[in-house]
Amino acid sequence: MVSLENVKRGQSFKVENITSDSIRAQAIRFGISEGEFLVCEEVIPGGPIVVKKNRQLIALGRDLAREIKVSL
Amino acid sequence: MSHCHGCNVQIDIPEGARRIVLAGNPNSGKSVFFNALTGMYVDVSNYPGTTLEISSGRFQGDAVIDTPGVYGISSFNDEEKVARDVILAADVIVNVVNAVYLERDLFLTQQIIDTGVPVIVALNMIDEAERQGLKINYELLSKLLGVPVVPTVAVKKQGLDLLKQKIFEATPGNSDPELQKEIDKLINRSGSRSEALLILEGDIAIAERHGLEPINLRETIYLNRRQRVNQIIEQVVTDVSTRSIFANTLNRLMLKPITGIPILLVALYAMYQLIGVFVAGDVVGLTEETIMQGYFEPVVRGFIGGLINPDTALGTILIGEFGLLTMTFTYTFGLLLPLVAGFYLFLSIFEDSGYLPRIATLADRVLTSIGLNGRAIIPLILGLGCVTMATITTRLLGSEREKRIAIFLLGLVIPCSAQLGVIAGMLAAVGPEYVALYALVILGVLVAVGTSMNNIMRGKSSDLLIDLPPLRLPRVRNVLTKTGVKSYQFIKEAFPLFALGALIISLFQVTGVLVFLQNSLAPLTNSWLGLPKETATAFIMGIVRRDFGAAGLADMALDPMQVVVSLVTITLFVPCIASILVIFKERSKKEGAVMWLSTWVISFLVGGTVAQLANLIGTGTPLQVLVVGLAFWGLIFILLIAFKLLKRQNNATVNEANAKGVA
Repeated sequence: MVSLENVKRGQSFKVENITSDSIRAQAIRFGISEGEFLVCEEVIPGGPIVVKKNRQLIALGRDLAREIKVSL
Repeated sequence: MSHCHGCNVQIDIPEGARRIVLAGNPNSGKSVFFNALTGMYVDVSNYPGTTLEISSGRFQGDAVIDTPGVYGISSFNDEEKVARDVILAADVIVNVVNAVYLERDLFLTQQIIDTGVPVIVALNMIDEAERQGLKINYELLSKLLGVPVVPTVAVKKQGLDLLKQKIFEATPGNSDPELQKEIDKLINRSGSRSEALLILEGDIAIAERHGLEPINLRETIYLNRRQRVNQIIEQVVTDVSTRSIFANTLNRLMLKPITGIPILLVALYAMYQLIGVFVAGDVVGLTEETIMQGYFEPVVRGFIGGLINPDTALGTILIGEFGLLTMTFTYTFGLLLPLVAGFYLFLSIFEDSGYLPRIATLADRVLTSIGLNGRAIIPLILGLGCVTMATITTRLLGSEREKRIAIFLLGLVIPCSAQLGVIAGMLAAVGPEYVALYALVILGVLVAVGTSMNNIMRGKSSDLLIDLPPLRLPRVRNVLTKTGVKSYQFIKEAFPLFALGALIISLFQVTGVLVFLQNSLAPLTNSWLGLPKETATAFIMGIVRRDFGAAGLADMALDPMQVVVSLVTITLFVPCIASILVIFKERSKKEGAVMWLSTWVISFLVGGTVAQLANLIGTGTPLQVLVVGLAFWGLIFILLIAFKLLKRQNNATVNEANAKGVA
């Protein structure tokens, strides 16, 4: 398992674990829940990670991405 | 319209009228529906989170209430709390769903259905979904959800009549039977199914209203709901997509720093050319000088002068130097209106195209270092148009500390369009090295103040979590309507305050207070800032509005260094009367007062420091001028390091105290 901040552009991954309760609840609404498959659309160096789920693009701040554990 | 802070939303409903509540995710198109149902205009944009105030209107004798766009109803932020309370009190909910993002939007739909309130779904933007290759079986969707579904393209008015006809066919939909059993257990104590649901989801505020402990089943309920929604999607959506390569490429180019920053710079340069050069120069030259000062003022002076002696106190107040009937109108309509309209035209294009959230993503990294996240770029950019309006939009920020930082930065370092116009004109005359010095100093203050506030204030700022809407070509009509409405709102709000400011200054003038203040400020301006004594007048004018003060400076004979020092000081000077009133409202009178006084201290401190550094280093060559700027940054670094050490020491003391407490 790696943290979402280490995912590279174009990689698809599975969300394994989101550590913070409130982030987990908010992420579920965006469709990012544990067990979902997502694609990394873009990584802004030192900044947010943009992930893609079907048609939807979601930008997550770096600190937030650190709390999301994924497997490639 | 009613404002909501404490979130016990009060809206007057006529007796017997039903409450029709519009609910949906951000950027799903609710505002167009509100518009269509009530005939009233509210803001329509392609930026999540633009409905920050509750609008209400009428539809055939019933009340229609708009809500802020949310991804779910609970207590994660102010918007959600507002939406939650309005939804809980609804008789009928029109849930607007973006067909392109069914997966995201149906989560809210299912949550609303789970509350047991009658719902009708408007499946909006089906044209865009089709263009993206999505086929949605809405009859099946209606069957699975258990509520009527009406396909619509709201901006083209498609499906709106059908929705109006079917609005009262709204019914409670299909919910998870297990969940409903849990709700049944709680219903005696909570009063309603909807409140029982929220208590089960761990909503503390709702639980407290009934004197209950929140039950934390949120995780389970959310996951089940997500699964249920995913299953529905699998059955109703077929993807036959051919993706728009151009939009995808552009999206990528806007997000990547290496191309995104140049694109942003080009966009800002275009904005500067339109507003700073064309509007501030050519248009304002026509409206302010030719029309207002050339025709309007002489006519007013002639007319009023025939009734009252212009040299009396009343004459001075009405048509004097700061005349209520002359200067107020010239400044509002001749100077501000064109600048503001130009700015909102640009901003509407930014908003409607979906570019703003991408700028937010790009700027996130820089903004986190000053205790904000990318979303704060919205108020900061808006501030370049009008600081007062921008201050209101800080409501979309996630935490109190972010709102405080953003509001103070807006009041301190962000010049509004009117001020920026005057500043640009004055800097253009003094040479590039002085422009660079001005920019270095202002940027330095932004970084220093933001970083210090971030270090001093307790707590943690929220992280960026936004969705990036698809890029689309803005609709000309929408852009123009929005520009018109926003400009009108601006003038409506600024005009009375501006008149008040003119009145106060005129009263100072006729009572001799103005001269007294000029004389008492003189030591500060003269020896500390190194400016001529007369500049004190400009600063007194600047208390009303900074652009007014800057305009006063423009008339004086200053050497290049004095121009930079005076512009730095007036840029950082107190926010205008309109802004400070909004700050009082948004924060508190005490916090507003502290901010107001701080801007006095910081503006004179920074202006003076630059003047003294220039004295010390000299300004004979362009290189020396740049060294002044670098020396200023040196001081900022020393300040920031000092803050960091102080914070570390504080933390150490706190930790020690905690350790002792535990022992």
